[in-house]
Amino acid sequence: MASRFKLSKGKLIGLVALVILVLLAVFFVEDWHQLWIISSAPDNIPIVAMLFLVPFFTWLGIKQSRANDRLIVALEADPKLAKTSHRKAEPWRPGWAKEIHVWPYLVRIEFLAAVIVTVVLFVWSIVLNAPLEEPANPNLTMNPSKAPWYFLGLQEMLVYFDPWIAGVVMPSIIMVGLMVFPYVDSNPLGNGYYTLKQRRFAVGMFCWGFLMWILLIVIGTFIRGPGWIWFWPGQTWDHNAVVFDKNVDLHDWIATSRIGKALHLGFLSTNPFKFIFGLLVVSGFYILGALFFHWLMTVDFKKLSLRPLRLFPQDAFEQKLLARTSVLQYLTFQFFAVSVLLAMPVKLILRLALTIKYVWVTPWFNI
Amino acid sequence: MDEKPEQKETKQLTGDEKAGAGLVEKMKEGGTALTKRAIEEAKGYKDVQDTQLWKSIFRVSHDRSDPRNRSLAVLSNVFLHLHPAKINRDAVRYRYTWGMGGITFYLFIVLTFTGVLLMFYYHPTKVDAFRDILYLEHDVPFGKLLRNMHRWAAHLMVITTWLHMFRVVLTGSYKRPREFNWGVGVVLLVLTLLLSFTGYLLPDDQLGFWAVTVGTNMARATPMFGSEGPFGAQLGMTPFNDVRFGLLGGSIVDSNALLRSYIWHCIGIPLVASIFMAVHFWRIRKDGGISGPAPVMLESEMKAIKKK
Repeated sequence: MASRFKLSKGKLIGLVALVILVLLAVFFVEDWHQLWIISSAPDNIPIVAMLFLVPFFTWLGIKQSRANDRLIVALEADPKLAKTSHRKAEPWRPGWAKEIHVWPYLVRIEFLAAVIVTVVLFVWSIVLNAPLEEPANPNLTMNPSKAPWYFLGLQEMLVYFDPWIAGVVMPSIIMVGLMVFPYVDSNPLGNGYYTLKQRRFAVGMFCWGFLMWILLIVIGTFIRGPGWIWFWPGQTWDHNAVVFDKNVDLHDWIATSRIGKALHLGFLSTNPFKFIFGLLVVSGFYILGALFFHWLMTVDFKKLSLRPLRLFPQDAFEQKLLARTSVLQYLTFQFFAVSVLLAMPVKLILRLALTIKYVWVTPWFNI
Repeated sequence: MDEKPEQKETKQLTGDEKAGAGLVEKMKEGGTALTKRAIEEAKGYKDVQDTQLWKSIFRVSHDRSDPRNRSLAVLSNVFLHLHPAKINRDAVRYRYTWGMGGITFYLFIVLTFTGVLLMFYYHPTKVDAFRDILYLEHDVPFGKLLRNMHRWAAHLMVITTWLHMFRVVLTGSYKRPREFNWGVGVVLLVLTLLLSFTGYLLPDDQLGFWAVTVGTNMARATPMFGSEGPFGAQLGMTPFNDVRFGLLGGSIVDSNALLRSYIWHCIGIPLVASIFMAVHFWRIRKDGGISGPAPVMLESEMKAIKKK
């Protein structure tokens, strides 16, 4: 029996992750009841479901990508085969009809899907009741006062950005950014089939955004308690908890630091220097961010190494794609990537790890 | 259908004592003949698909063995006409599509159906709204099931919309010629979220009230159009004329907000969403149907970009 059970690298990683997760749960969860209350709240069921659905569908996508990528490698090595192959990972035999009738072969699947969804909904609706709190009362604030789970990402962003960014500008940028996605992706390959090899950057960027969004929702659902205070999963929600965060602005943080004092940087806390400083920081962030994404776009991860130092090996295929990208496409992508994909986690780390509130303070707005 | 009045006539006449015996015989004979004919004709109705009624409703006879009829069943049917008659054999693999787009649309139908039923029991006023929900939960037959189903279908729709988008990215299905349809899809995603959000206030309970309060407070901070947003005050925005006021129909979440929310939820957004959905589905067809599974393309086959 033992010889038949082979542990692949992927399974091993999964197993180790599972063990770590169980150990973490056993050692750090103090209050299982609290955890149960949060995850069994009927309105949180969808996000709990997403915790399983997203990994499952990611796995399903990766599995099919791998199959196609193997096929692509095989076909590229053998031009003769490329001419005769039907070029799909799906099975194919000569003589099979290439097309099938929608009636009944597709309609029956649609019908079956409708039946299954209906059954699922009925069971779900019988087992779990839609929440109903007390009548609306403007004089009694709910604590924590949480938006529906799919908006908790936005609500969580309020911690890191002012409401005009978190509530208005960011959602708009995300929406427009999603819309321009097809127009900045200049890669003609990978149209209509799963692949990672041919589209690693585009898929990677989307997954980065998608997973970040899910992560923010998970933080908003499982971690934020009364007063929107950070409670680790399994920690009891303490309604009297007060957190003394000494949130400071970046210019003050630098001016009052030991190095800042030594260098007499106190002037950074005064206008107009703090305005200029913030402007420089934000501009610098955009430049560095763009360089980072450029590196990510073109680097050949297989040749990347620290010993011997090789940090900028170029991927020939990605170079080819870059050559097809117009300047407008490139700049548009960089704007959205730095403004959302990078700004979000950077602000999160600055705020949570370094308790820095604003990086740019002006009389009109703060970022 | 025609024989009934005649039979009535027969009965009336046989009731007449003064009629001649010959006439009675004639009537009996006529009656028997008519019954025979009726039975004969009724046998013909056994084949329902051969009746005038059936043929008037279903324009094409259902014959599974005939490929032409299979095609016509799709093409001449209003509910199926957005489908092509034939599709790629691999396109029905749900491993490829995950069926999420179709399920999203089905959930929209479920939500419309349960939503219309809920509207029968709901008044969008501060006095009635919360009581109507209690009434639904405790007195209306299957009212609780109805409300539960509406809510869970809404949550499920958000999930399926996201997963649909995820699949479209992983398969590169937004690429030429489907870029525009992807944009339509993004609008539909936003509309789905807005539909869900406007519905949140309707029970008029603490949950909805504070969620909407938090949500619309952000609108206060809209740059230029919000009273507390950057450059808002400079442009003359106050809590009584800014974008939040427009959303709520007032400066606080109250009866006007409830009514606005209700109208957006039940009429405004579903109407707009239906139009976008029509375009979305139409463009799927016009852009060549479902994107794959398409044959893989190779790096060596990348065409050089046309220089104009």
